[in-house]
Amino acid sequence: MTEPMPEPVPERMRAEWRKRITLPRVAAAAALVVLVCFSLLIGADTLSPTQLASDPEALELLLTSRLPRTLAALLTGSALAIAGLIMQALVRNRFVEPSTAGTAQSAALGILLMTLVFPAASLGVKMIGATALALLGTSIFMATADRLPVTQPHLVPLFGLVYGGVIGAIVTFVGWQTDLLQFIDIWTNGEFSGVVRGRYEFLWGAGIMVVLSWWIADRLTVLSLGREASIGLGLDYAWTLRLGLLVVSVIAALTVSIVGIIPFVGLVVPNIVSRVIGDNLRASIPWTALSGALLVLGCDIVGRLIRYPYEIPVATVMGVVGALLFLKLMRLRPAHA
Amino acid sequence: MILIEDLSLAHGGTPILRDINLTIDRGGIVALVGPNGAGKSSLLSLIARLRPLQTGRVVIDGLPVTTTPGPELARRMAILRQDGVFAGRLTVRELVGLGRFPHSQGRSTPQDRARVEEALAQFGVADLAERFLETLSGGQRQRALVAMTFCQGTDYLLLDEPLNNLDMFHARHLMQSLRRMADEEERTAIIVLHDINQAAAYADRIIAMRDGRVVADGTPQDVLTPDTLAEIFGYRMQVTQIGGKPLVLHHL
Amino acid sequence: MHKRRLVLLAVLAVFSVAAFLTLGLRGNLAFVLQIRAVKLLALVQVAVSVALSTVLFQTVTANRILTPSIMGLDALYLFGQALLVFLLGGLGYAAIGGGWKFAAEVLIMIALAAVLLRPLLTARLDMSLLLLTGVTIGLLFRSLSQLLFRLLDPNAFAVVQAASFANFNALRADLTIIGSVVTFAAASLCWHQRYRLDVVALGREAAIGLGIDWLRTAALLLLIVALLVAVSTALVGPVAFFGLLVAALAERILGTRRHAVLLPAAALVAIILLVGGQAIFQHLLGSTSTLGVVIEFAGGIAFLLLLYLGSRT
Repeated sequence: MTEPMPEPVPERMRAEWRKRITLPRVAAAAALVVLVCFSLLIGADTLSPTQLASDPEALELLLTSRLPRTLAALLTGSALAIAGLIMQALVRNRFVEPSTAGTAQSAALGILLMTLVFPAASLGVKMIGATALALLGTSIFMATADRLPVTQPHLVPLFGLVYGGVIGAIVTFVGWQTDLLQFIDIWTNGEFSGVVRGRYEFLWGAGIMVVLSWWIADRLTVLSLGREASIGLGLDYAWTLRLGLLVVSVIAALTVSIVGIIPFVGLVVPNIVSRVIGDNLRASIPWTALSGALLVLGCDIVGRLIRYPYEIPVATVMGVVGALLFLKLMRLRPAHA
Repeated sequence: MILIEDLSLAHGGTPILRDINLTIDRGGIVALVGPNGAGKSSLLSLIARLRPLQTGRVVIDGLPVTTTPGPELARRMAILRQDGVFAGRLTVRELVGLGRFPHSQGRSTPQDRARVEEALAQFGVADLAERFLETLSGGQRQRALVAMTFCQGTDYLLLDEPLNNLDMFHARHLMQSLRRMADEEERTAIIVLHDINQAAAYADRIIAMRDGRVVADGTPQDVLTPDTLAEIFGYRMQVTQIGGKPLVLHHL
Repeated sequence: MHKRRLVLLAVLAVFSVAAFLTLGLRGNLAFVLQIRAVKLLALVQVAVSVALSTVLFQTVTANRILTPSIMGLDALYLFGQALLVFLLGGLGYAAIGGGWKFAAEVLIMIALAAVLLRPLLTARLDMSLLLLTGVTIGLLFRSLSQLLFRLLDPNAFAVVQAASFANFNALRADLTIIGSVVTFAAASLCWHQRYRLDVVALGREAAIGLGIDWLRTAALLLLIVALLVAVSTALVGPVAFFGLLVAALAERILGTRRHAVLLPAAALVAIILLVGGQAIFQHLLGSTSTLGVVIEFAGGIAFLLLLYLGSRT
C-alpha cells in the first residue's frame, strides 16, 4: 500500500490551519520584533534609534546590558515554558511545572549548598550541584505523585506546591543560619535587572535544552500516553523519563541561578498552547517556546515601565499575571481532563 | 510463534497466574475467555512485557521478551489495553500516527502516512481524524485506539477486551477485520473476550482460564460444551449450533 | 480519658509559659519580666486565634485539610494592609491609630473574602480544585501586595521581606488590646456555641436537617474566622501551616472532633508549640527568628502527610 489515500475535504481544515495559514506566524513574529525593540530601547536610560547611530556610549549600553537582558528574557521564557510542558508530559498532569513541583526550590537549595560548601567553585560547577539537587527533588515529587489517585488530578499540583514550599522553607532556614538571605532573594525572586554580558551566557544552555526537547518531541508525545502504551510502542520508557527529568532539571538549575524563580510560566503557557494546537509535542513545542519567550519578555517590559524609572521584578509581575491566567484555566477545564 | 513456558505471577503473596505453558502459532485468532479475575489481562501484559516476568519465559518468534530491545518487539507485537491510554488533546490522526512510532521513531515517511490513512478508513474514524480525542465518545475513542494498534502493522496483536464501548455494528466490524487479517495476511490476534459467542463465531482457538490456570484449550467446538463451560464459569448453560458454529445461551 | 489528656495539655501549656518567662533571665528582672509578659500575651493571642480560626474553618467547610491560610485568607489581610499603605501613603498610614488601621484592613479583607469564599458556602465543589484555587488566590494576593509595596517605594525591599514570613519576635504592640478583645470575644462565642458547632460540622445538608439556619451560621462563623486570621496575621505575619499542624495534632491526641474538647485542646496545643517553641529557640538557643521557619516546615510536612494518607483511603 504505497499510494496515499485521498483525504476527505472537511478534515483538512485543521491541518491547513496548522500547516499553511500564516496569520498566527506573522502575528507572532511581529509581536516578537516589537517586544524585542521595546526591550532594547526601554530602561532607566531610554535609548532612541537615532542615538544608537550617533552615540557610541548608547551602543555600548545596548550591547552590554539591553541585548543580554533581552536575550536572557527570551531564553528563560522559552525554556521555562518547555520545562513545564515536559513536566506535564512526564507526570501526565496539566497543572504541574518546575516551580510547583519542588524542582526550582531544589535547584535553589542546590546552589545554596554549593555556595556554602565550595564557595570558591565557579558558577558552572555550582550549577552542576544545583542540577543534581533539582533531579533529586523532582524524582521524589514524581515518585509521590505517582501514588496519588488519578481520579483527583488537582491533588498532584497541590501536593507539589506545598512540597516546593517545604523545600523553600529549608532554603530560607539555611539562608538565615548562614547570613546568605540576600543571595536567596536573588535565586528565589526572578528578575532580569542584574543580567549583563558575561553572566547571562549560561542561559544559552537552557536554549540548547529547548532544541533538545524538540529533537525528542515524538518520544515525549509517546511518553505522555503513559507507561503501558509507551512500552507497547517500543519506547524505552525509563530512559526517556530520565532524559525528560534531566532536561527539566538543567533548565531549572540554569534559570534559578542566573535569573531566579519565575512562577507560572511553565504552567500557563503550555496549557494555552495545548488548547489551540493540541498535545502533539512535535507541533506544539515551537509555539510553546515562542509564547513563553513573549510572555516573559512582555512581563519584564511591563515591570520596567510600570514604576518608571524604577523596576518591578519580573517574578512579581508574573505572580499577578500568571496567577490570574491560571485561575481562569482551572475554571475552563473540567476536573477529569 | 509465541512460546510461553512455566509462567507464574503473584501479587503480594496472592497467586495470579500459575504455571502457564502455551504455544501460539502464527496466523489465526486466539480468544482468551474466563470469569473476572481469571488472569487473562495479566497474561496479556506479561506477553507484552508491560510487567516484569517473575518466573518462566515468553519468546516471540525466537526473541525472549525480557532481553529483546523495545522497538524490535514493538515491530512484531502490538498491544491494546483496556485503560492504558490517557486521552489528551491529540487528534485521532496524530494518535493513529503514533502507531508508526516503532517503525519511524516519529519521522514518518509517505508510506507511514499511507498506512495511517488506511487504518483511519478501515475503522471508520477518517471523518473524525482532526478531532481531539477528549471530544470523542467512548466508542469512537475505542475505535481510534484499535486503529492505532492495527496501524502498528505487527504480526501479533494483543487486544484486551477491544469490544468494550463498541456498538454491535462496530464490534462485528472489528471481529471481521481481525478475521480477514488472519486469513489473508497470516497475522495473529490474541484477544480477551467477554462475549463468548464472538469467540465462538470468529476464533480459531479458545483458551479458557480460571483462577490463574488454563482450564480448557482447543477449537470452539471442543471448548464450548456445557460441561467445559460449567467448569470455566461455574454454571451450566445450553449450547446450540447455528450455521455450523456453537451458540452459547449463557444468559438463560 | 479526654479530661485527663486535656489536663495534661494544660499542664504542658503552663510549663511552656513558665519556661518562656524564666529561661535565661538576666539583668533587670522586673523590666525583662514585664517585656516578656507583654510578648507572652501577644503569643497566646496568636496561638488561640490560629487554633480557633482553623478549627472553625474546618468545621464550616467539613474538611480537615482546609485552613484559612491555605485558602489564602492571610494573604488577603496582607493585601488589605498593602492597599491601605498604597492609598494613604507611608506617612498617612503611620499617622492613623492602630485600631482604625486594623479596622480598615479587616474591612478590606472581609470584602475580598466575601467575594472569593462564597463558593464554599453555596456549592459543593471538588475539594482538591477548591484547595488549588485557594492556594493560587493566596499566591496572587501575595504578588499583588508585593507589587503595591514596590509601586509605593521601589526600594522598600525590607517591608516586603518582613511581610512574607511569620516573625514571632517582632510583634506589633499597638494591636495587643484590640487583639485581646477580638480573641476573647471569639473564644467565648465558640465556647458558648460548642454544641451547635458539632452539628455544623456534619455538613450543610445534615445541619439544615437538624434545624440550623445554615447561611447565617456559616457566614457568622467565617466572619469570626476572618477576624481571628486578621489578629494573628497583624501580630506576627502569615503562618502558613501552623493552624493545620495544631488542629491535626489536637485531633490526633484527643481522638475526637467534639468541639467541647477539640477547641480547648487545639488552643492548648498551639500555646505549647508557640510559647514553648519560642522559649526554646529564643531564650535557650538565642535564635530569634527560626521558629517561624521550623513551624512552616513541620506544618508543611503535616499537610503533605494528611493529603497523601487522606487520598489513599
